[in-house]
Amino acid sequence: MNSAMLEIHGLNAWYGESHVLHGLDLVVNEGETVTVLGRNGAGKTTALKSVVGMVRQRSGSITFKGKDLMGLPLHHVAREGIGFVPEDRGIYASLTVLENLILPPQFATGGLSIKEIFRLFPNLEERKNSQGTKLSGGEQQMLAIARILRTGARFLILDEPTEGLSPVIVQRIGEILKTLRDDGMTVLLVEQNFRFARRLADRFYVMEDGLISETFSATELDARMGALQTMLGV
Amino acid sequence: MADSSSIKSQWHMTAALAFVCVATLIAAPFFLYPILLAKLLCFALFACAFNLLIGYVGLLSFGHAAFFGIAAYTTAHALKEWGFAAELGLLIGVFVSAVIGFLIGLLAIRRQGIYFSMITLALAQLVYFFCLQAPFTHGEDGIQNVPRGLWFGLIDLNNLSALYYVVATLCVFGYLVIWRVVNSPFGNILKAIRENEPRAISLGYRVQRYKLAAFVISASLAGLAGGLKALVFQLATLNDVSWSLSGEVVLMTLLGGIGTLFGPVVGASLIISLESMLAGSEFPLQIILGLIFIFCVLSFSRGIVGEATRILSRKNSLPNSLR
Amino acid sequence: MDSFLGISYPALFGQLMIGLINGSFYALLSLGLAVIFGMLHVVNFAHGAQYMLGAFFAWFLLNMLGISYWQALLIAPLAVAIFGVLIEKFLLSRLRGKDPIYGLLLTFGLAMTLEGTFQYFYGSSGRTYAVPEGLTGGLHLGFMYLPIYRAWVIVASLLVCAATWYLIEKTKVGMYLRAATEKSLQTQSFGINVPLLITLTYAVGAGLAAFAGVLAAPIYQVGALMGQNMIIVVFAIVVIGGMGSILGAVATAYLLGLVEAITKIYYPQGSSIAVFVVMAVVLMIRPAGLFGKE
Repeated sequence: MNSAMLEIHGLNAWYGESHVLHGLDLVVNEGETVTVLGRNGAGKTTALKSVVGMVRQRSGSITFKGKDLMGLPLHHVAREGIGFVPEDRGIYASLTVLENLILPPQFATGGLSIKEIFRLFPNLEERKNSQGTKLSGGEQQMLAIARILRTGARFLILDEPTEGLSPVIVQRIGEILKTLRDDGMTVLLVEQNFRFARRLADRFYVMEDGLISETFSATELDARMGALQTMLGV
Repeated sequence: MADSSSIKSQWHMTAALAFVCVATLIAAPFFLYPILLAKLLCFALFACAFNLLIGYVGLLSFGHAAFFGIAAYTTAHALKEWGFAAELGLLIGVFVSAVIGFLIGLLAIRRQGIYFSMITLALAQLVYFFCLQAPFTHGEDGIQNVPRGLWFGLIDLNNLSALYYVVATLCVFGYLVIWRVVNSPFGNILKAIRENEPRAISLGYRVQRYKLAAFVISASLAGLAGGLKALVFQLATLNDVSWSLSGEVVLMTLLGGIGTLFGPVVGASLIISLESMLAGSEFPLQIILGLIFIFCVLSFSRGIVGEATRILSRKNSLPNSLR
Repeated sequence: MDSFLGISYPALFGQLMIGLINGSFYALLSLGLAVIFGMLHVVNFAHGAQYMLGAFFAWFLLNMLGISYWQALLIAPLAVAIFGVLIEKFLLSRLRGKDPIYGLLLTFGLAMTLEGTFQYFYGSSGRTYAVPEGLTGGLHLGFMYLPIYRAWVIVASLLVCAATWYLIEKTKVGMYLRAATEKSLQTQSFGINVPLLITLTYAVGAGLAAFAGVLAAPIYQVGALMGQNMIIVVFAIVVIGGMGSILGAVATAYLLGLVEAITKIYYPQGSSIAVFVVMAVVLMIRPAGLFGKE
C-alpha cells in the first residue's frame, strides 16, 4: 500500500457566511488517481480550494506528506509540490500564452521543459505570443495543465478539467492524465463526467452537501453505476 | 423579536432622546458661547449632509466643501452687496449649491467607487479655482463684514442668542430632512442601491436618478450649512471651498460614525471643539487630525456612535435574567 | 515671421517647454499612482506628500550633509521607498480586502500628517535648492532659449517612465506583477509571494514620487505643501487617462501638460483649471477615460 500523500480529516470550510464543508474526510495515496464525484453545489470546488489554501476559513486537518497545510500561507503551498488547475482555467488576459506557461515557478526538478511541452501541445507553441485569453476553451485547458507540468509538482489537483470541452479535447486530456499516472503522478480530480473519470481513477469519493457520502474503488464502479447516475442526475 | 412592547419602548427611547436634544439645544447658550455653538451646529449639519451620501448611498464625495463654500460666498455676497434679507440670502445660497451639486453630481455619477471620489475632488477644485479668481469673492481676503440684518424682518440677528436660536432651528430642520429622507421609501431605495446596485437596476429602478437626487439633496443641505456659517461669522473665505475642509468633513463623519444619523453631529462637535481649543496655540492641528484619521480608518471605522451602538446592542441581547 | 497667432516664437516654445516639464512631473506621478492602484486598488493620496518628501530629502542631503544632487537622485527615492515599505506593511496591509475607500482615507490621513509635520517644523514657505553644476545655464536655439536643467527634467522623466514600462512589460518581475494585479489569489496559489510584491509595488510607487520630487527641487521651491496642489491635478489626469494602461497614463500626462501650457498662452486665467475642464469634458464623452478599459 502506498503511503498517504494528502490526508484530510474533519474539514469544515466557510465561503463568506455559508458553511460549505461539514467535516470532510479524504485520503489520496501516492501514485493514485482519486476522483471526487458530486452534483453542483456539493462543495467540491470549495474542498479543492481549501486544500490549496485559497479558501481560508477552515477548520479540521489537512496534511500533505505529513506536513500541516492549514498553517501555511497561500504562496507556500505550491512549493510543497502541489499544482492546482482551477475550474475556470485561470488563464491571464494580461499575459501572453508563453508568459502564462512560464508564470508558475519551478519548485522541483523533473518537470517538463518548455520544449517538451511544446512537443506535447504544438498549438500552444504556434500561439505562444498571443494574448492568453485569445485561445479556445480547450487550448486554455491544455495551457492550464501544461504550466503546472513545468513546475515539477508531483501532486496535481484538477477541478472539472473536461467541463464544456469537445469530445476530441476530452480524449486528449484523458490521454495526458493517463500518461501522467503511468509516470507516477498523484492526481486528485473533481469531475462530473464520471465516464471520463472511470478510465483514470483508482478510487472514487462521492460528495454530497459538504460531506463524503460514499467511497469505492474503480472495480466497484460498474456495480454502482445505476445508483450513481440517479444521484448525480446524469 | 419586535413585539408591541419593544416597539413602544423604542419609541419612548427615541422620544426621550429627542426631548433631551431639544432641551440641550435650548439651554446651551446659557452655558456656552453662542457663536461657538452656532459653529458647531453648522458643521454638524454639514457633516450630516455629507453622511447622507456616504452612509446611505455609499458614495464618498471628496469635494463637499464646494457646496458649503459656494453657498457661503453666495449668501455673503447677497447679504452684503445686494442687501438681501437673511432668509432670502440663505435661500439663494442653498439654490446655488443645489445647482452646482446637480452639475457636479451629473458628471461624478458617471463613474463608480473610487473614481467617483476623485472626480468630486477634482470638480470641487474647479470651484475652488473659480472662487480664487472670481472678482466677487475678493480672493484671499474673502467677503468680510457680512451684515446679518433681520430674520423675517422681525428678529435682530446681531443679538447672538437670537442668532443662535435661528441657526439651531434651521439646523434641526436640516437634520429632520435627512432623517426623513433616510426613513422613507426613497431612502430605502437608496439603501438598496448601496447594498446591491445591479439588483436595483434589474428591479427597474433608474439608479442614476436616485443617486443624483441624493447628491443634490446632500449638496443643498451642505449649502444651507455654508450659508448659515457666513451669517454667523459674517465671513466667507477660500477656506470654505478648500479641499482641506472637504477632508475635515470626511474626518468628522468617520470619527462620529458613518451611516449613523447622530454620528456626524458627534464627530463635528469634537473636531470643532478641538480646533477651538488649539486655535490660539502653536499646536499642529493638522498633524493631530491626520493621526485621528489614520487611527479611525485602521481601528475605529465604525466611529463613536457606531461603536457605542454596537456595545449597547450587545448588552441588550443578554437574556433578562442576566441583566 | 517669428510669431504664431500673436505670440512670439520664444514665448510660445518657452511656454510649451514649461508644459512638457509639468507634463514630466505629471507623468512620473500618474505612473506611480497607476502602478499602486493597479496592484493595491488603493488611491495613494500620500503620493503628493511622498513627492514632497523626496524634495525635502534632497534639500536635507545638500544643506546638512553636503551630498550632491546626483547622489540625492538615488538616495532620496530609496529612502522614501523604504518608508513606503513601512507604510504598506504596517498600515495599508491591514486594509487588504476592504473597500478601496479605506485605502484612500488612510493615505489621505497620512498625507495630512506628513504635510502637517513638515509645515510645523519648516513653515509653509519654500526653500530654494540650487540647480546642480553641469546642468546650469541654457542653449540659445534661435526659436527659443532652452534651459539645460529643464531639458534634463524632460529627458530624465521620459527615461524613468520608459524604464518602468520595460520593467512591467518585459521582465519576469513585471510578469509576476501583471499576473498578481489580474488574479491575486491564483497567482499566490502558484507559489508567487504576492504580499511581498504588493509591498514592493507601493515602495516603488512612493520612490517614483520621491524621484519626481528631487527633479522638482531646483525648479519649484521645496515646501511642505508642494505636493498638495500637484496631487489633485494628477488625480484629474488619471481620471482622464483611465487607469487601464501605463502608456496611457504617461501619454495623457504629457498631453495635459501641453494643454495647460497652451491655455496659459492664450487664456492665462484658465490655465489652473484647464485640466479639470478637460476632465469634465472627457467624463461627458468617454467616462472610462481616454485609455480606460471599463
